[in-house]
Amino acid sequence: MGEMVEKIKEKRKEWEEECLEPWLSKSEREIKKFETLSGIEIADIYDPSDIAHIDFLRDIGYPGQFPFTRGVYPTMYRGRLWTMRLFSGFGTAEDTNRRWKMLLEEGETGLSTAFDFPTLMGLDSDDPLADGEVGKCGVAVDTLKDFEILFDGIPLDKVSTSFTINPPAGIILAMYTAIGDMQRVPRDKIRGTIQNDMFKEFHAQNTIVLPPEPSLKIIVDIFEWGVKNVPKFNLISISGYHIREAGSTAVQELAFTIADGMAYVEAAIERGIDIDKLAPQLSFFFNSHNDFFEEIAKFRAARRMWAKIMKDIYGAKDPRSWWMKFHVQTAGCTLTAQQPLNNIVRVTIQALAAVLGGCQSLHTNSFDEAWALPSEEAVRVALRTQQIIAYESGVANVVDPLAGSYYVEWLTDKMERLAWKYIEKIKEMGNGSMVKGVLKGIENGFFIREISDSAARYQKEIEEGSRIIVGVNRFKIEEDLRIPLLKVDPEVQRRQIERLKKVKAERDNKAVKENLEWIRSCCENNENVMPAVFEAVKSYATIGEIMGTFKQVYGTYRKPIII
Amino acid sequence: MERIRVLIAKVGLDGHDRGAKVLARFLRDAGFEVIYTGLHRTPQEVARAAVDEDVDVVGISLLSGAHIPLVPRVIQYIREYGGNPDEMLILVGGTIPHDDFPKLREAGVDGIFIPGTPISEIIKFIKEELPKKRKGKSK
Repeated sequence: MGEMVEKIKEKRKEWEEECLEPWLSKSEREIKKFETLSGIEIADIYDPSDIAHIDFLRDIGYPGQFPFTRGVYPTMYRGRLWTMRLFSGFGTAEDTNRRWKMLLEEGETGLSTAFDFPTLMGLDSDDPLADGEVGKCGVAVDTLKDFEILFDGIPLDKVSTSFTINPPAGIILAMYTAIGDMQRVPRDKIRGTIQNDMFKEFHAQNTIVLPPEPSLKIIVDIFEWGVKNVPKFNLISISGYHIREAGSTAVQELAFTIADGMAYVEAAIERGIDIDKLAPQLSFFFNSHNDFFEEIAKFRAARRMWAKIMKDIYGAKDPRSWWMKFHVQTAGCTLTAQQPLNNIVRVTIQALAAVLGGCQSLHTNSFDEAWALPSEEAVRVALRTQQIIAYESGVANVVDPLAGSYYVEWLTDKMERLAWKYIEKIKEMGNGSMVKGVLKGIENGFFIREISDSAARYQKEIEEGSRIIVGVNRFKIEEDLRIPLLKVDPEVQRRQIERLKKVKAERDNKAVKENLEWIRSCCENNENVMPAVFEAVKSYATIGEIMGTFKQVYGTYRKPIII
Repeated sequence: MERIRVLIAKVGLDGHDRGAKVLARFLRDAGFEVIYTGLHRTPQEVARAAVDEDVDVVGISLLSGAHIPLVPRVIQYIREYGGNPDEMLILVGGTIPHDDFPKLREAGVDGIFIPGTPISEIIKFIKEELPKKRKGKSK
């Protein structure tokens, strides 16, 4: 092997001197500097000498086996296609229930809930701060009553549902579990995901209510309750998606997501939760951006890193605990308002990268989303894009078909190395503890600054024209931008507040009060809040009342302003 | 010429601050005096900042779909707090459907910038349009 590599290196040098350089001296290159979207410098070509340090059996291997570079399942999409899961929600529970049923009829295989901003922030629809935002960019939920309507006619043992929600994640899990109980679905048949990842909110997404430490405490409460009560439910979706959307590079997305994941695992171990019990209920969520090969390399590197971390650093024994299962969403920030149909092509390339990277579930954006929430037609195209990749392109027929590509393997390894550097740095910031390191980075603005600097660099490239965005800074046209868009009924807020009033009038207010008191005492005595939250939800306490109780004990948080 | 003072504001519960922050940074680098409100401000808080800081330009960023009613409210409160929005340049950026453009203009918005707008274009707009608004402003 070594001899062969030496020979190849020699030949490569020869090729560069005798073939490449004379060619370059005669012709002008259109692009002067070649790098990935994350700024990793890339060579003209890759050959076996570039990956001589990579050991096939140790670093690549076979799917379903450590280190899972090639996928968590031995058969991958030959066994079962990824879950086609479109993030969707608007207006009232009735509006969203209708859209969901349409999507399921059209062949969607899992649900994913978009909540409106008041719900995401733990505010009731009648809160003064919610005025004007109810049902606008997602569905409004105040009490269990809304969930009953939302899941009307949707059997929880047949369909899994993902909930993109963070500060009130435990409340939403309690509501979903209550709906499962009402439908008499056994607890071990209830499947789905709550995002429940506050660290990335502090780094990037900004849906922040409580300070970092109590936020983490409640997340671990949810872990503890979830492993006992809903053993097939993903209790967290450790997310890089929003870090990337806020402007990070792919390497930062990879590194910060895994660092956050390590911190959650350490916090759970500290609580005394059995890591092999918890691990199967962890999931991840990544972005798929424009640089096709870089994204594929990122997904493969992420899986390999997580397997090593769980096995070697945290000592998980069950091979199942070493899996990194992840959802992918195509990059919302790459959608252009200009020439919106071009977005279909962007989404296709990004979705293809996710599939070639071995995702477990996928959301494809709709082409009109730089303008508004997607119209029915636009959502249908987004779903069809996945179906065409799955059923027509043939890419799902072979597991990890890009393995062995000199470039892809080199880049996978490179991204892993660069990500480890960041993780080491974060660990140092916490004197060996990832929990302390991540909290420190939140407190001193490390994550925000890293991401903001990358966002500014990206924008500068667009302004200068060194980064081309088709239809935005090149190939522009005069166009009529009035495309048909979804309109949310302006009456939603009034109707939602009416329902909330009715629920409050009809519920047992004494029980609500007692349950809220129970939650308060759990917070004050540092006990697990989830049993009390579950009872409160079942007595139709509102999200605002429960979050309000948390706020009274823990206070609120405003992140440092760093531009 | 004195430095142009710009307030970049996030109003409502929307947490998407990439655009607002990148714009704030580029305006600052281009020589503007920039004040950024940070996240989750109410229309009253934004209006209060605009009046207290005596800014020339108010740039409001929203990607939540709540621009109506929040943006008109900001303008209304600026007036209520003793400022004159007619002498300020009021800009809105984010995911704004075309159908809402007339309503925003009617409420007093001078410029609406959709995703993908080059920052150079926003700077050019401010430099060209602000002097027209300033007419009669005793400053």
